[in-house]
Amino acid sequence: MAKIGLDGHDRGVKVVARALRDAGMEIIYTGLHRRPEEVVRIAIDEDVDVIGVSVLSGAHMHIFPRVIELLDAEDAREDITIIGGGTILPEDIDALHEMGIHKVMGVDTPLQEIVDTINEAVAAKRAAQ
Amino acid sequence: MLAFAREDSIVPWSARLMLYTFTMSKDWKSERERWENETVAPFIDRRPERRDPFETFSGADIERLYTPEHVEQEPAESGFPGEFPYLRGPYPTMYRARPWTMRQIAGYGRPEDTNDRLRYLIAAGQTGISIDFDMPTLMGYDSDNSMSFGEVGREGVAFDHVEDLAGVLDGINIGEISVSMTINPTAWAMLAKLLVVAEERGIPWSSLAGTTQADIVKEFIAQKEWIFPVEPSMRLLRDMITFGATNLPRWNPVNVSGYHAREAGATAVQEVAFTLAAGITYSEHAIATGMPFDEFAPRLSFYFISHSDFLEEIAKFRAARRLWARIARERFGAQKPESMRLRFHCQTSGSALTAPQPLNNVVRGSLQALAAVLGGAQSLHVSGMDEALAIPSEEAMKVALRTQQIILEESGVANTIDPLGGSYAIEAMTDRIEREAKELIDEIDEREGTVACIESGWFQQEIADSAYRFQLAKEAGDRVVVGVNAYREDDPGVLPFELHRVAPDTEERKIAELQELRASRDQDEVDRRLGELVAVAQTEANIMPATIEAVRARATTGEIVESLRAVFGTYMETAVF
Repeated sequence: MAKIGLDGHDRGVKVVARALRDAGMEIIYTGLHRRPEEVVRIAIDEDVDVIGVSVLSGAHMHIFPRVIELLDAEDAREDITIIGGGTILPEDIDALHEMGIHKVMGVDTPLQEIVDTINEAVAAKRAAQ
Repeated sequence: MLAFAREDSIVPWSARLMLYTFTMSKDWKSERERWENETVAPFIDRRPERRDPFETFSGADIERLYTPEHVEQEPAESGFPGEFPYLRGPYPTMYRARPWTMRQIAGYGRPEDTNDRLRYLIAAGQTGISIDFDMPTLMGYDSDNSMSFGEVGREGVAFDHVEDLAGVLDGINIGEISVSMTINPTAWAMLAKLLVVAEERGIPWSSLAGTTQADIVKEFIAQKEWIFPVEPSMRLLRDMITFGATNLPRWNPVNVSGYHAREAGATAVQEVAFTLAAGITYSEHAIATGMPFDEFAPRLSFYFISHSDFLEEIAKFRAARRLWARIARERFGAQKPESMRLRFHCQTSGSALTAPQPLNNVVRGSLQALAAVLGGAQSLHVSGMDEALAIPSEEAMKVALRTQQIILEESGVANTIDPLGGSYAIEAMTDRIEREAKELIDEIDEREGTVACIESGWFQQEIADSAYRFQLAKEAGDRVVVGVNAYREDDPGVLPFELHRVAPDTEERKIAELQELRASRDQDEVDRRLGELVAVAQTEANIMPATIEAVRARATTGEIVESLRAVFGTYMETAVF
């Protein structure tokens, strides 16, 4: 779970991190104010299945493409699923899905739906490998 | 006819005395229990209540009915408006003489964009202005820093140096209208910029009225905008407070804030306790310089949220006022009335707003604004109906301002002081919130105070726990949010209003302008002033005068911050969840 950029809104990311932990997942939370490079580095070093990025600053259309670009450069796109969350307009959600973000969650998405989305994505990826 | 209408003419004296004795000595608890058994219980058998138990928005138990048995403090403890303990209001006449300041925030794009919005709001009848800065400015980065990428001018106005503030305030008489600035770790440098703008316009500092938010404690525990470690950050604020006490008689150097802790998940009680605990620690830092409490305390101002639970919020504002008055008098030995009366700005909750069915947000804003007014706020921002979707549009801000004007001019609630005072429910909740907040402040004291609690992560864990409990309750359906987990509509339909968009070339243009400024200024002078600033930072002297000199030389926020990072270091949070 990551916060990228200067955005300090961490209520959502912390609640989600705790719910995922309670659902039995191993969670690494980066803390605030990370650069995309740091997040991708941590993800690869820790061999994660999923990167969850929370953005409530409006900078999502800058941040997500950069994360994808960096994962591509590391040849890690196939191994790591990216999910997003935050205050994101519907048209931007569509654009993010098109560029390869697996799922973008809103501030009102139920925790169980987030848990299920991640479990299904990881199960599907493992089945394909 | 008239004689019969008068109660005292038809009730004999002896009976009146009995009635009085009964009222005063009546055992309300046993009477209420009788009512619960005889009248309520059989009724509930036929028609169960909607919920069991009922709770406030913060999760506190709420009674079926409040009677005098629930009121903990004697009515005499309420006092009168403008007198200790200020429960009923900080001023003797409240809105009958001076309505609250209607202060809608503005900030986006380049300085001229924000200036347009401010002028629009003033023309629409706004009585104070409030400026939001973009994230890079709040965090001390210039627009061309790589950390600023994608965030320039997005959540607030893009900003680098004193000319930008002059641009934001172009054509606005800052000697007349009060200016509030939402800025925290870089607040001291922004105040310096305002002072330079005033000076260059020939406006005396003594006439500047307004507020720098500057509340660094709530940054560490909730909003998470920080630069330097805790102690140097406290020192910068301390210097603003003591400099202000000497030079800026109408300026509030700090707006001690509960809003952000609440939005991060805190309860109403935690909001009051954490805010007043921050006020205590700022006071202790200022007193440590040798300045008496009564010299700076009158300019301390506060900032609370008005959230969804109407009654709980009204009680919260009242409780905060009485508790601060007692802290000021008992803990700090305040002598001046102005040091004990808590004045606060209020903003309706952003997180209570919903993206689905966004017109409902106008109603939410109205109710929360009404609670703020019934709670005695001095200044108010009503969040825009579109804020769950974007930075508010001009239209959204106009509706928010009109909401305030309707409350003042049409509803009648501003015509008498503290109209809900004496309501058993309000008084009981006020007493409970004050008592529980006091207990929490005692616990903070036992944990060696606010700074220790920040460094140990205690505040952050308390808030994260409350946020998680709230989310689980919401998902269990215990908390209904209209249009989100109830009364949903499958087809979102077309948005009923236009959203505000930041011009896509904002970042590029701002960076070009910044580079032009850097090329045109006297770089030797900038370097010399920054060097002097660093030298002052290494001593215990007040940081404000040297900062003002650096600003006057056109040093940017980023340059000022970077110079001081070498002295103060950088804060790193151990994240808890």
